[in-house]
Amino acid sequence: MEQTTRVEGAVGVRELEQRRRAIYSVEEARYVRRKAMGAFMVGLLSSLTIIACLILFLIVGYIAVNGVGGLNEAFFTQTPKPLGQTGGGIAQAILGSLEMLLVGAIIAIPVGVGTGIYMAEYGNGHINGVIRFSLEVLASLPSIVIGVFVWALVVRTLGSFSGLAGAIALAFIMIPIIGRSVEEILRLVPNALREAGLALGVPRWRVIMQVVIPTVLPGIFTGVVLGVARAAGETAPLLLTALGNDFINFNLGQPMAAMPLAIYNYASSPYPDWHQKAWTATLVLVLVVALFSLLVRVTTRKLRYVR
Amino acid sequence: MKKQALVAIGAVMLLSVGLAFAQDATPEMTPAMTAIPGSGMITGPADGEAQALTGAGSTFAQPLYTSWFADYAKLTNVQVNYQGVGSGAGIKAVTDQTVDFGATDAPMTDQQLSDAQAKCNADMLHIATAIGGVAITYNIPELQSSSTVLKFTPDTLVGIFDGSINTWNDAKLVADNPDLKDIAQPIAVVHRSDSSGTSNILTSYFAAVNSDWKTNVGAGTAVSWPTGIGQKGSAGVAGAIAGVPYAVGYVETTYATQNNLPVAEVENKANNFVAPTVENVSAAAAGFTLPADLRIMIVNGDGDNTYPITGFTWALVCPNQTDAGKALALARVFWWGVHDGQSYNTQLGYAPLPAPAVAADEALILKINVGGKQALPTDIATPAAS
Amino acid sequence: MAVTTAPERDTGMQRGESIFKNVVRITALSMIVLLVGVIILLAIDAWPAIQHFGFAFLYTSEWDPVFDNYGAAPFIFGTVVTSILALILATPFAVGGALFISEYAPKTVGSVLSFIIELLVAIPSVGFGLWGLFVLAPFMRNSIDPFLRNVIGPIPVIGELFKGPTIGQDLLTASVILAIMILPTILAIAREIIAQVPRLQKEGMLALGATKWEMLRSSVLPYAWGGIVGGAMLGLARAIGETMAVTMTIGNSSQQISASLFTPGYTIASAIANQFTEADTPMYFSAIVELGLVLLLVSALFNILARVMVRRMTRLPGGAAAQ
Repeated sequence: MEQTTRVEGAVGVRELEQRRRAIYSVEEARYVRRKAMGAFMVGLLSSLTIIACLILFLIVGYIAVNGVGGLNEAFFTQTPKPLGQTGGGIAQAILGSLEMLLVGAIIAIPVGVGTGIYMAEYGNGHINGVIRFSLEVLASLPSIVIGVFVWALVVRTLGSFSGLAGAIALAFIMIPIIGRSVEEILRLVPNALREAGLALGVPRWRVIMQVVIPTVLPGIFTGVVLGVARAAGETAPLLLTALGNDFINFNLGQPMAAMPLAIYNYASSPYPDWHQKAWTATLVLVLVVALFSLLVRVTTRKLRYVR
Repeated sequence: MKKQALVAIGAVMLLSVGLAFAQDATPEMTPAMTAIPGSGMITGPADGEAQALTGAGSTFAQPLYTSWFADYAKLTNVQVNYQGVGSGAGIKAVTDQTVDFGATDAPMTDQQLSDAQAKCNADMLHIATAIGGVAITYNIPELQSSSTVLKFTPDTLVGIFDGSINTWNDAKLVADNPDLKDIAQPIAVVHRSDSSGTSNILTSYFAAVNSDWKTNVGAGTAVSWPTGIGQKGSAGVAGAIAGVPYAVGYVETTYATQNNLPVAEVENKANNFVAPTVENVSAAAAGFTLPADLRIMIVNGDGDNTYPITGFTWALVCPNQTDAGKALALARVFWWGVHDGQSYNTQLGYAPLPAPAVAADEALILKINVGGKQALPTDIATPAAS
Repeated sequence: MAVTTAPERDTGMQRGESIFKNVVRITALSMIVLLVGVIILLAIDAWPAIQHFGFAFLYTSEWDPVFDNYGAAPFIFGTVVTSILALILATPFAVGGALFISEYAPKTVGSVLSFIIELLVAIPSVGFGLWGLFVLAPFMRNSIDPFLRNVIGPIPVIGELFKGPTIGQDLLTASVILAIMILPTILAIAREIIAQVPRLQKEGMLALGATKWEMLRSSVLPYAWGGIVGGAMLGLARAIGETMAVTMTIGNSSQQISASLFTPGYTIASAIANQFTEADTPMYFSAIVELGLVLLLVSALFNILARVMVRRMTRLPGGAAAQ
């Protein structure tokens, strides 16, 4: 036994060395291959990321470069010139967007906040599930479908395309966003806070309104801003409800202009002057929405600090 | 008596059309010179008039209407908001009464008229506002500097739009256009994606000249196009043709000229190749007897110079109005449009209305009423006295 | 606050409480009513078309307002092709980007990159449409499309996808725009899911001598797979419902279904946007509303499925990632 091993061993000194080398080289090759694979993946993933960022950068860049040329006083203060003439502005669309967003928010905030409060503070698991499901489906509704619905509900009933119909359509977009974020934010409030209030004999609704809500006000604000920012860029529902207007109009019963509508109409026109206005309006819209988002970032940071 | 008045109007009208051509070069309007009888009656705001009207429809007539209404607002403070959403949408909106007036370049069908009675209790008035030619326009980079424009026969035009001619150097096209023999490029057909009166004029023309088209595709505001890409609105089609090399499409003449797109000549019934100039478009209406309700297509008309792809464009108004202020505003603005407003037509590339059409329009506008009471003040409504 | 006597206060308290509770309950329950209302209202208006065409509406391809005959197959085809192609194009970038940002990039670089990508949310859909119309469509027509036609066109079967004249406004261009639009959605969710992978699991792999990629492949990806698929489905749902950007780039043509991606098409959403206001016969109108109903049900279905898959991985915080 010993002999044989020794003999084998003796015979195998070279062989062993060879074997060891073979294993080594296989190992080494595998190691190199693994390393190479790792490096390759780093390259692949980073280039995927860079390409994605580049495209996104390109879009923002195009909007900025093409849009900035049209930024002048007339753009913000004048109404459109007749088709085919150059000059004028989109003041009516800026004002129309602001008014419809404001009215939409006035409708959406109480409904959204109320829904959020109910789900976080009162509802039991079963009913909450149904409400949350409804909110999620409402949030996922394609915006054009909201347009069809509001047309049938408001435009057809009142017998006129109107700023009011546009505002209601925008409210539909805001409500689920506000509702869900209010619920989320209320759930973050420690229960001890509520229990302390309730233990003092303060009714639940006053605890909610005077203790819970004030602590999360910035968070609710964030939800509202998110909802409004999302609604600000919506075009499809307004196409079927607000119709558009070439004159400045504050009457909610009349058709109303909006920036996204103007962008769509101007983009699909043959006039270079209108193309310019479409880029500029997009730039303004992007800047406003980005400003909103920045506002949200700042307030949420503050909120986290409070928490 | 009535006949005499019509003849008188006709004479003055012809004169004024002539004058309008003569002063084509000067953009300034001088109503006193070219005025149609009945012009100059509306000089300022009226008591009890609605301050805002909404209209929607035809993009064919949008350049005309937006020009009209911009100046009309200065004259009377009445803001007429006009949205070019397409003729089909205009008919639909006025049928639903979601707008105060619609606008279309395709007369409403009998079915549509009876559908509209549900809310209006009468036939929609078709107030003709202008005659326009549908320009066949194209984008062939190689021919951009060329001084000659393409020539299409009815057969080649239908062939392009039904897909049977799909390259620019097709022998049938080269026969009339030697310049095309080296353009071995596929034809990108651009048509309207929305329901359009412009499409109706073109497809009515195709149906009139080609029986295969009539049976397979038909005429209408929204047909099932055998080939091509769809664009929303005349502006969308013009924009696509300007942006897509080797494209061909159709728009109201104004959109082509405003955008410096070439406009093809089309062979008419008299076998002449003609362009949609104001004269040639005007000539189209001459060969037709106008019905009292003005619902008539005037494609493929007789006459040596007649441009064959031509049509009226109409404003659609329900005669039975419920709001007195709106009724007054509607009656006044269209009275102004079919009289004073006609001086804008030539300048924007539309043909002004012929006298019989103006006379028919006057009768239609007088039908606008609130509870049976004529909406137009009587002091405006007596132009023939002059 | 407590000057009143106890019994009075009790009833007052109870009344206030019950009013408040009922008000918020009614608003919350109105969400259910709203959803049911949307479906019922659309179903009522769509009923004539549903009754007249039955299921044939979904698979016949004749959409002809002149003869009042409506089959939605071209629109359904366009929706399916563009949204799936968008998903195929976007997912590698989104998942690759998420892996790179959360696992490879230094923290500062990662947060800058993710900020840039989140910036996209600020661009309205019509802004993407504008860019697609004036920048992407000409680029596709002049560069990408001819390249694809020359390189892949001659290959049998696959080549059929890249045949015919290129106009620039077609199924392919719309898919690319959609891909760009859904990329941030998928990326955000993928990042969140990847962040949920237990650190122990990752560190264990590394301790065993695995390379970073091996660690990702064998411990992160299998763990995160369900959530990433859910995120992709959310992107898909968004692509299905997207209207404006598609309307501006797809070419809006309901001609017969063809294999080539260079054919202009129509999606359900863009067909509604283009034709809703002008549906001038009752049957036409009803058919358009039925399109809306189909779109609603399909996008809701995908959303629910996606959310179930994502939620299995992690609770969605405030729906922020789902937006």
